[in-house]
Amino acid sequence: MTVAADRDAAFLAGIDQLADAIAAVHADDVDRGARFPTETIDALREQRALSALVPAEYGGDGISFEAVAQACFVLGRRCGASAMVFAMHQIQVATIVRHLDGSPWFEDYLRELVADQRLIASVTSEVGTGGDMSRSVAALTPIDGDPARATFEKQAPTVSYGAYADDLLVTLRASPDAGPGDQVAVLARQSDTTLEPTGTWDPLGMRGTCSPGYVVRAEVPVAQVMGAPFPSISTESMVPISHLLWSHIWLGIATDAFDRARAFVRAAARRAPGEPVPAAMKLSHVMTQLSLLRAEVHSAMQDWTEAEADRERLSTMAFALRFNNLKLAASEQAPRVCQQAMGVCGIVGFKNDTPFSIGRHLRDSMSASLMVANERIHQTNAGLLLIAKEV
Amino acid sequence: MSFPAVREIVSEHGRLSVDVTTLSDDDSLYEAGMTSHASVNVMLALEDAYDVEFPDEMLKRSVFESVGSISSALSQLDVQVA
Ligand SMILES: Cc1cc2nc3c(=O)[nH]c(=O)nc-3n(C[C@H](O)[C@H](O)[C@H](O)COP(=O)(O)OP(=O)(O)OC[C@H]3O[C@@H](n4cnc5c(N)ncnc54)[C@H](O)[C@@H]3O)c2cc1C
Repeated sequence: MTVAADRDAAFLAGIDQLADAIAAVHADDVDRGARFPTETIDALREQRALSALVPAEYGGDGISFEAVAQACFVLGRRCGASAMVFAMHQIQVATIVRHLDGSPWFEDYLRELVADQRLIASVTSEVGTGGDMSRSVAALTPIDGDPARATFEKQAPTVSYGAYADDLLVTLRASPDAGPGDQVAVLARQSDTTLEPTGTWDPLGMRGTCSPGYVVRAEVPVAQVMGAPFPSISTESMVPISHLLWSHIWLGIATDAFDRARAFVRAAARRAPGEPVPAAMKLSHVMTQLSLLRAEVHSAMQDWTEAEADRERLSTMAFALRFNNLKLAASEQAPRVCQQAMGVCGIVGFKNDTPFSIGRHLRDSMSASLMVANERIHQTNAGLLLIAKEV
Repeated sequence: MSFPAVREIVSEHGRLSVDVTTLSDDDSLYEAGMTSHASVNVMLALEDAYDVEFPDEMLKRSVFESVGSISSALSQLDVQVA
C-alpha cells in the first residue's frame, strides 16, 4: 500500500470505531432530544477528523476525498445527524482548500483549523431566495473609513449547528449595488458574529443537526472574503461535493435500515426453522432498491474522481446535470428503501424502541429531498437538458 | 471577429438589468444580471440563429460570460458572419 492509502485506512479505522462506540450509542438520545451530537463531534475532533481534508503542507492529514465520503457513509449508518454535521463541515473545508488561490489569510486559517479542530457551519440559503444558492439578498457592505473591514446582515432560515460552530461560511452579494447573482463567500468567525435566533428547532428528522433560523450579523476583515467569485466556487466545488457527501449519508441511512430488516428476517427464520418466512421475499425486493441507490452513489463518486482536478470539465452543463441527478436520485431513493424496510419489519420497525426500529431512518432520510428542494433542482435540470448534448 | 447579432440575442434573451449597448465586449453578462436560466435561453437562441450546436465542452459559464467570449466561441465553431 502507498503512504496515502495507509493514511486513508488508518483514518477510516478510527471512524469505524467511533461510529460504533459513540455515534450509535447516542443516536437515539440525540434524535429524541433534538440535541447536538456533542460526544461524536468531540471524538471526531480528538481524531483530528475535522481537518482530514487539509493538505499536509498546512499541517493537515491530507486524507482523500473518497475516504471522507466513505466516512460519511459509515457515520450515516449509525447516526444520520452526526454524519450530516460532519459532512457539512467537510463541504466547507473542501471548498476552502480547492479555492485558496494563494490567499495568505486562508492558508493561515487552515493551519489554525488543524490546530484547533475548528467546526465550520454553512449559511447559504436565505429568506427570500429559499434554497436557490445562486442568488443572495444580503450584501457585503464596506465600512466608511475602514477599507480593510466590511459588515453584513443575513436572514438565514436554517443554520445547522450554528450555535456550536467556530466559524461560518456565508454567501452574500459582493457589494450593496451588486446584482443578486454577483456573489462572494465570506468566512466569519463566531467571535465576530452575532446569531439572533428567529425560531426553534423541532423538526421531523435530522434533529441532531440543530438548525434553527438566525439573523446572522458580522463585521469581518475583507481578507476573509474568498477570492474566486462564488458562482465558480459553487459549480466547481460546493454543489458537487455537497451532493456527493450528502448522498453517501443517505446511502448509509438506507443501508442501516436494510440491515435492520435483514436482522428481523433472520430472527424470524431462527424462531421457526424450516418454515417459509414471507418477510424474506420483501427483503429481497428492498435489496434491489438499495443496490440501485448504491450504484448511483458509487458511480457518481467515480465520475468525480476522474474529473476532480479538471475545473473546466466540472463547469460544463453535462457535469452539473450529473451531480444534480445524483442528488435527485439518491434523495428520492433513500426514503423509499427505508419505508420498504419498515414494511419488512412491520410493527417492530414502526416502534421506536426495538432493535428493528426504522422510524429515525425514515424521518432522517425524508430531509433529503428538501435539503435544497428537489423541485428547484429539477427546474434547473429542465433548463440544462434543453441545451446539453450528452447526458 | 465580431457577430453583431450576438448583442441582439443577448438583449432579447439575457434578461439583463442594464442596456446591452452600455456593455463592452468584455463586461460580464452575469454581473449585468443574466441568470443561469436566462443564459440557457441565450444559448438556444444562438444555436438557432447561427445554425450551430455548442458541444458539451463549450457549454459552461465562462463561454457565456461576455459578448466577446460568446463571439470567440462562435468563431471556434467556424460560424461565418451573415
Ligand atoms: C436538515 C437540514 C439542514 C440544513 N442546514 C442548512 C444549513 O446549515 N445552511 C443552509 O444554508 N441551509 C441549510 N438547509 C437548507 C435550507 O433549509 C433549505 O434548503 C432552504 O431554507 C430552502 O427552504 P425552503 O424549502 O423553504 O425554500 P425553497 O427552496 O424556496 O422551497 C420552498 C418550496 O417551493 C418549491 N420551489 C421553490 N422554488 C421552486 C422552483 N424554482 N421550482 C419549483 N418549485 C420550487 C420547493 O419545491 C418547495 O416545495 C438545511 C436543510 C435541512 C433539511
